[in-house]
Parts: sequence; structure tokens; C-alpha cells
Amino acid sequence: MLERAEIIRKEYLRHDKKFPHVWCPGCGNGIIMGALLRAVHSLGLDKDEVVLASGIGCSGRMPTYVDFNTIHTTHGRALTFSTGIKLAKPGLTVMTVMGDGDSTAIGGNHFIHAARRNLNLTAIIINNSTYGMTGGQYSPTTPYGSKSTTSVYGHVEHAFSIAELAATAGASFVARSTVYHATHMEEMLKKGIEKRGFSVIEIISNCHVQHGRRNKLGGAVEMISGFKQRSVTVEKATKMSDDELEGKITIGVLADVEKPVSTEEYQRIVKEAKHKAEIITKAKEKNGVKRYEE
Amino acid sequence: MESINESKQKKILLQGNEAIVAGALAAGCRFFAGYPITPASEISEILSVKLPEVGGTFIQMEDEIASMGAVIGASLAGVKAMTATSGPGFSLIQENLGYGCIAEVPCVIINVMRGGPSTGLPTSPSQGDVQMARWGTHGDHPIIVLAVSSVADCFSVTIKAFNLSEKYRIPVIILSDEVVAHTRESVTLPKQGQIRIFDRVKPDVPPEWYKPYADNNRGVPDMAAFGDGYRHHVTGLVHDEKGFPTQDAQEIDKFLRRIHTKVSKGFQDIQITKTHLMEDAEVCVIAYGSVARSALRAVRDARKLGVKAGLVQLVTLFPFPRKAVDTYLRQCRVAIVPEMNLGQMSREIGRVNQAGCRIVKHNRIDGQLITPEEILKHITTV
Repeated sequence: MLERAEIIRKEYLRHDKKFPHVWCPGCGNGIIMGALLRAVHSLGLDKDEVVLASGIGCSGRMPTYVDFNTIHTTHGRALTFSTGIKLAKPGLTVMTVMGDGDSTAIGGNHFIHAARRNLNLTAIIINNSTYGMTGGQYSPTTPYGSKSTTSVYGHVEHAFSIAELAATAGASFVARSTVYHATHMEEMLKKGIEKRGFSVIEIISNCHVQHGRRNKLGGAVEMISGFKQRSVTVEKATKMSDDELEGKITIGVLADVEKPVSTEEYQRIVKEAKHKAEIITKAKEKNGVKRYEE
Repeated sequence: MESINESKQKKILLQGNEAIVAGALAAGCRFFAGYPITPASEISEILSVKLPEVGGTFIQMEDEIASMGAVIGASLAGVKAMTATSGPGFSLIQENLGYGCIAEVPCVIINVMRGGPSTGLPTSPSQGDVQMARWGTHGDHPIIVLAVSSVADCFSVTIKAFNLSEKYRIPVIILSDEVVAHTRESVTLPKQGQIRIFDRVKPDVPPEWYKPYADNNRGVPDMAAFGDGYRHHVTGLVHDEKGFPTQDAQEIDKFLRRIHTKVSKGFQDIQITKTHLMEDAEVCVIAYGSVARSALRAVRDARKLGVKAGLVQLVTLFPFPRKAVDTYLRQCRVAIVPEMNLGQMSREIGRVNQAGCRIVKHNRIDGQLITPEEILKHITTV
């Protein structure tokens, strides 16, 4: 175990000028980054063939620290950049890490369309129920009644359930985990990366500094212990009533479907169109007609 | 422009939008992401057929913000990429266009201008996006803006746009308009072998030495693609030469100045103007886009009436061809600037007018093309 930790530290982190990181002590982002690196390592992926993209916010800084092809894009748009990268070089393993506001507020449209489109991409969504970097404003996953710097009287809107949203929008693989369940999270990430098609792994994380403090949820330890207590597996959840599931976090694989992957479908189209065009060009050359526009 | 040998090539009938497609493919464009919008949609439609035939990729995204993101992503993965849009979509691409400027990502954006603001006049021509093309995205940023006035231009300027974007690692905007886009003209396109193509310079150092944003004598860093073995970081934050975010005032200043000076250094290459009958001209018309064609006719007609008139056609709008325009302003006593806006380019011309040449504006914003007669009237009465 220690040996593996040493390999991860040495091989997968960028050591030149990049640490200390920007995250607060106790932040879940580091746990997620660790699990992601372990997942990539255990899948035996070549670092040169891995891309990690991010949007804006605390999660947006993750690519800076890891030794892959990395890109820190604009707020909410990470999946659009990933789409371009994947289509241009389908051989690359493209992962996108986003926050809850990043993926479902400003990037909500891109998120549902990426799920519908079903390119072979992996989206890792860190859901900490708030906009941490900008000072703790309410996000699309801030629970009803919660306090934030923009809902000091209590939040009057209802939260998105990101995993269910992704599944409904058409993602091939959807899973949820929490920062308490580091090993489980690693498994879910591995499954998501391996899955052909668009996969979403929602990870419930803690922002004790912004969200926890204002809602009397305690520090990092209390919040993360809370995730442990509130979590139920998908298997257990199916046997529970809606009332029993109130306030619980369902963890595990929520959706896993087989359907055509558009990256692969499009490659087939290109192959056929190219072949046909080549035949036509050859025939024209033979007949002595050589015009550009045809 | 590119050296073009037109001998032995057949004439073909093309629309402006079709010629842009032909130019893009000839320049090596192999990725297009876009969103349907009049009057630019033909570019998407034709590329959705043509790109797969040459091993390229077409994708219709959920909006223009996403299109621009995908274009930048594809370019970072090493593929020449572009998008095409019109006014409202041009507003949406501005966000990620700024990313392209700071992360120095080569790409081409076609804006087929229509009347604005907002939904405006979707099927009428306009030149209302000129200043937006220069300043649309936030922050001080470098940009190259070119304008097309004919179907032949659509082909050659698109190639030029790709070449400049690859050479200077910068987004290049082409301003077309509804008239140019939908006019059909017979043109002679050069053979592929006769076209000069510039590809981005890739690093040849070992990966561990590679600094993706290190300055060099060109002021344009070598560019590795994702998956080339040069693992590096790309960000929209101001970054050091390794590509990592920096807060160091010296590094910030050095970086931001470099991305501006790389463009000003290359002005001879970038700033393109064409002239007609300017040798002995006393009155000049300075025009661009479809208006330049009306202007050319007006100038020829004026010559027949014995007025020494000439045309200065701006192909590059930004960086503004200050030196060239200054020369003509010194030569002429009057400069007429017809535009399908309220004077977006005449303002630039006024800024460089140290010679005190009289500048006469002629503006139309009613969705109609400026006619040769209107321009001729100015030439003969000034």
C-alpha cells in the first residue's frame, strides 16, 4: 500500500513549483485526486494518452497538479473542450473534473448534451453543495433551507440530483460515491473510465469552510463522518421506502447501459466516407478530370 | 496573398460560403464545430459532408459557446479547427475566444455578419460587428481580423487565416457578410499543390525540456499537441512559461506583452491591403467587405468622369494597417469611408490621420448594400 502511495506521489504528481495546492485543509478534493490517480494507475493507462480537463472553481485546479495532458478551461465549458479533444484524437482517454455549480449551473446545458451525445468521455463531478472558491454562494445542489452567502434567510429553491439528471439525459454509466468512501470511489472511477460511452461519477464532498460552517455541519471530520452515516448502497436503497431514503446518499452504480458510442459511430462514418471519396477521386484521375471542388 | 497560378484551371460557380469551405479544406482544416445560424449555415452543412471524406470531424454543438470550446479542444489535440457563425452566435463565442487568445490556440472563426443588434436582420448584410471582432472578448487581448469581399477572397483569405493562426498561435476572425456569403460567382481555384500552407511549429526538444509558453526569436512558442508525448498544462489563467498559473508581476507583464508583440512584430505578414488605381489618386475610397466591390465600381466610373479616384481595400482590419493607410491619407486630399455601420472603421482611420486628410463618412444601417452610385456621388462632389 505504502509502495503504491509512493509510486502515485512520484509518478503522477507534478513537483515543479506546483505545491502547496490551493485547497483548504480538510478539503475533499485531495481525496478525490488521490482516488483518481490510483484508478488511472491501476488501469495501467499511459500518462501520455490521458487528458484531464477541468472548469473553474476549486475543482478546476486539479489538473494543475497531475502529470497528464491537462487543461483548465472556462467556467462550465470543460466538457465542450473535452469533446473537441476526444473527437480530434479518439485514442486519448479524456476525463473531465467539474464542481456542482460548474457542471449543472453555468455548464448545465453542456452537461446534459454531453450525456445525450454519448461520446466516450468520463465526467467526475465533485458535489460540495456550494460555490466554495467565490465565497459560499448557493449552487444548484444547495439543499432546500440551507444557508449560504446569497441565501442567508434560508434557501428557497430545490436541489438537483446530479446522478439522476445524468442518467435521465442519457449517460451510459452513472455512479455516486463520497469522499468518505475512498476505496469505493476508486472502484467507481475505474468503472467509469473503462466504460465505453459517457460516464458520470458524482462524488459527494465537503466544503466545511463555506457550506459546513454556515449550516452548523461541523468541520471536515464531522462532515465526512456524516457522509458515512448517511450513505446507503444502491442495493439497500432499492429495499427502502422514500421516507426512509430522505436525507440519505445512495452510493454505487446507478445506471450502466449498453448503447452505441457516438465517437465510435462517427469514426465508422469517416472511414466509409473517406473510402468512397478515394474511389471517386481515383476514377476521376483515370478519366483525366481533376477539379478541386468535387 | 498566396502565390496562385491560375493557368489551366477550370472556372467553377461557387457561393461565398462554399468558397470558405473550399479554402478551409485546402488549408488543412479537419475539425468544425458549429451551431445553425443564418446566414452562415451553409458552411456547417457542406462541411458535415466534406469533412468525413478527408478524415476530418464535423460536430453540431448545443450552442456557439460549446462550438468554440470544441474548436479549441480539437486544436490543442493537434487538428486545424474552425467554427462559423453570425451576430448572435458571435456574441456567444466571445467567452472562449478569449481563452484561445490567452492560451495561444490557433483556430479560425467565420462571422457572416448580419444586421444587429440582437436578432436584428438575419437575412440582410451588415458590417456592424467590426469593433466587436476587435474588442468583443474581455481584457486586453491580441486578435487578427480579416475581411472578405468576393467569392475568390473567401477562398484565399480563409487559407491566409489558417496560415496566420498557425504561424502566430492566435485565433483569426474572418468577417464576411450576407452579400458575400450568398453571392455566386465563377472563380478559378488553384490546385492544392500551388497553395502555400503553414503548419504550427512543433517542439523538437526532449519532452522534459519542453516549455509550452517559452519565448523564442519568433515570439511564438512551439506547440505540442495533447497525446504527442509532451505532457503539459494549458490554462486560461495568466501563466508562466511552463504554462502554470503565476502571480508574479514580472512574469505576468512579460507574458501579456509577448502575446501582443508577436502580432505587432509580424505586421508585414499580417496587415494586408489591396489597392486599385491609387498611383495618382487624389480622392480615395477606403472600404472592406462587400462594400469594397461597390467602391471599386464607383472608382472606375469616377475615372471615366476624369476624377483621379482610387480604392484602398482593407483585407486586414485588425491589427489596423496603420502604416499603409497613413501613406494613402497623406497622398489624398479626401478619403471616403463607406460602411454598413455607423462608422466603426472610419473611427480607426481617423485615429491614424496625422496628415489631416479630410475624411467623409458614408453609412447605411438599413440592411441594404451600399451602391456604387452613392459612393460615386461623394467622389464627384467632395
